[in-house]
Amino acid sequence: MRKCSLDSMNSVFAEIAKAATLYIPADRTDGAAVYTKWEEGVVWSNALNTVRSPKDFFFPQMENLMEFKTQGKNIEIIDTRSETEDFVVFGVRACDVKSFEILDRVFLSEPVDSYYAARRAHGVIISLACTRPSETCFCGTFGINPAEPAGDISVWKTETEVFFRSNTEKGAALMQKLEALTEECTEEAVDAQKEKISAVMKKLPLADLTTEGFGGGKTKELFDNPAWDELSQTCLGCGTCTFVCPTCQCYDIKDFNTGKGVIRYRCWDSCMYSEFTRMAHGNNRNSQKERFRQRFMHKLVYYPENNDGLFSCVGCGRCLAKCPISMNIVKVMKKIGGNNK
Amino acid sequence: MQKITREQLIDKAVSLLENGTVEAVLGWGKGEFDYDVTPAVFKTADELKAGFVWNDFCGANFSKYLVAKTGKIEGKILVFLKPCDTYSFNQLLTEHRFDREKVYAVGIPCEGMADIAKVKAVCGEGISAINCDGEKIAVTTLYDDEPVMVDAKDVLAERCVNCKSKKHVAYDELLGEEGEVVDSARFDEVAKIEAMTPDERFAFWQNELSRCIRCNACRDACPACTCEKCVFDNPNSGVENKAPANSFEEKMFHIIRAFHVAGRCTDCGECSRVCPQNIPLHLLNRKFIKDINEFYGEYQAGAEVGSRAPLVDYTTGDIEPGEVFDRRDKNA
Ligand code: SF4
Ligand code: SF4
Ligand code: SF4
Ligand code: SF4
Repeated sequence: MRKCSLDSMNSVFAEIAKAATLYIPADRTDGAAVYTKWEEGVVWSNALNTVRSPKDFFFPQMENLMEFKTQGKNIEIIDTRSETEDFVVFGVRACDVKSFEILDRVFLSEPVDSYYAARRAHGVIISLACTRPSETCFCGTFGINPAEPAGDISVWKTETEVFFRSNTEKGAALMQKLEALTEECTEEAVDAQKEKISAVMKKLPLADLTTEGFGGGKTKELFDNPAWDELSQTCLGCGTCTFVCPTCQCYDIKDFNTGKGVIRYRCWDSCMYSEFTRMAHGNNRNSQKERFRQRFMHKLVYYPENNDGLFSCVGCGRCLAKCPISMNIVKVMKKIGGNNK
Repeated sequence: MQKITREQLIDKAVSLLENGTVEAVLGWGKGEFDYDVTPAVFKTADELKAGFVWNDFCGANFSKYLVAKTGKIEGKILVFLKPCDTYSFNQLLTEHRFDREKVYAVGIPCEGMADIAKVKAVCGEGISAINCDGEKIAVTTLYDDEPVMVDAKDVLAERCVNCKSKKHVAYDELLGEEGEVVDSARFDEVAKIEAMTPDERFAFWQNELSRCIRCNACRDACPACTCEKCVFDNPNSGVENKAPANSFEEKMFHIIRAFHVAGRCTDCGECSRVCPQNIPLHLLNRKFIKDINEFYGEYQAGAEVGSRAPLVDYTTGDIEPGEVFDRRDKNA
């Protein structure tokens, strides 16, 4: 483990930025924190987490896949790929680091999504332990420890110091560049922080939430639960929950007619939208109830069924904070899950 | 700090359910946290007693739900309307969007609603309890031994800071005291933007709108947006409805949204309340309202049912289109 003083973090950022594009959480003009490209003057935010999740780095909301240009009878295919530069994302919370594993299982399974794979290969994740979880946090429900975040390098921040531990080869290579700016240290301060956080975790309002009653094989039991009517009755179908979620992974591929050719692009899709997975015969989910149910069944039943019991939610709490009607996965789990009350 | 109590509202709802006036109640439902409120339909006294809430966080405007909910029931549904909600209610009636006969509307006074983001800016994350008491809101967090006392007026939602009316313009019955139309400063911010140079103004909106993630919450929460199928949800329209495809489309969505509600927007503020990216959509809406007021005389959408809005009405006194050209130097 190595450390540096909090005051010297700007030099650390500068050093990292010499080798690769660096993104850190910084406060935006509206006060919310977002991952911002570091350059001299960009200040590390104190916020617990960013409004938009870091999935943007690997699975952006919008990306051009390729372009076609037509000239007479010829079609030229243009490679527009750009995901080939090294970058570093600093300050990723434990919940969000876990979300990458959930996305990996989708995009890196055969057939591998080469756009996603390239970004993953070029990205280095520096995680950050939480010191002040929010009432909306329930990472613990999914076995995530906010004081022990994964990633290529794990970071802990105290009032005066910042501690680093590299976990992977990529992380070790980057730490080497920071040798002159950091010094070897014991784990005492970090251990003390971990203990403090584990006490906080027990006090969180959602500490008792469990995944009991969910998981693979529960489709029959849960699909026709009458509670879906009540849970979905005031859902606006806006899709905010899916767009702020670090683990929502659905996308659409479309062609944009430029007049002289076609741009083929991919963008996030939302199961909450009326034309989601629309087919030639029409749509297979015609009511908002069916669309709403899809979101939660996917996270709590279908995904674990196909992925060795891993749930597709990391308890980051973004949907709790951002849904206009304050309906969310916690309310669903409490209503229809085993012994959650 | 609300003057009317939760118990009064529950008593009213229970008596209307029991005497058969209504068969369901549209109200604010209890959530996980004290500030967390979900619009819900209640059918029995027990449901109301267990789950109905009324506190400083009941900002959600229920008028739009009447479009969907009145279609589903035989009898009447009870809806509680804050003063600003009644304007949306009237506007929807003007546009024949729901059956008035199926609604029993109870007007309730409102002292202004709190914005949880502003509360958190004072006391931080980790809220374990909130108690609204008089002019103060007591916020207990996991990290402080004593509750943090917040002045209710310091954490008012933007639309409540600039409240335009404490008067109800529609109801079957009124609880508590009736208020007055308020002289608000709601156009001040618009005037500031008007005073910018075109480049500054462009930069201002570029900064705001570039944050948009096209979640469509602003549209879906808006009581003036009740088209059965939004033009943006038409896959044949050629525009992307779920991603800001480029900076042109990013702005186009907002321009079309604002134009479509022009003259119909009551300035209820739902769009800005729900935006996860804190985009001040109300400023676009208010620009239209301000212009309409200046061009055609004061007009408040929803103030009365059936009024002819200036943009869909013609009078010989209407200004000439060339006025826009004449105003160009005023940057307005
Ligand atoms: S659950 Fe909430 S955020 Fe998600 S679509 Fe429904 S209203 Fe929107
Ligand atoms: S469902 Fe909600 S809490 Fe779970 S990962 Fe997605 S946004 Fe976070
Ligand atoms: S959900 Fe857990 S890991 Fe994520 S921000 Fe909250 S405490 Fe940290
Ligand atoms: S609610 Fe905000 S982020 Fe969502 S579409 Fe509207 S302006 Fe964009």
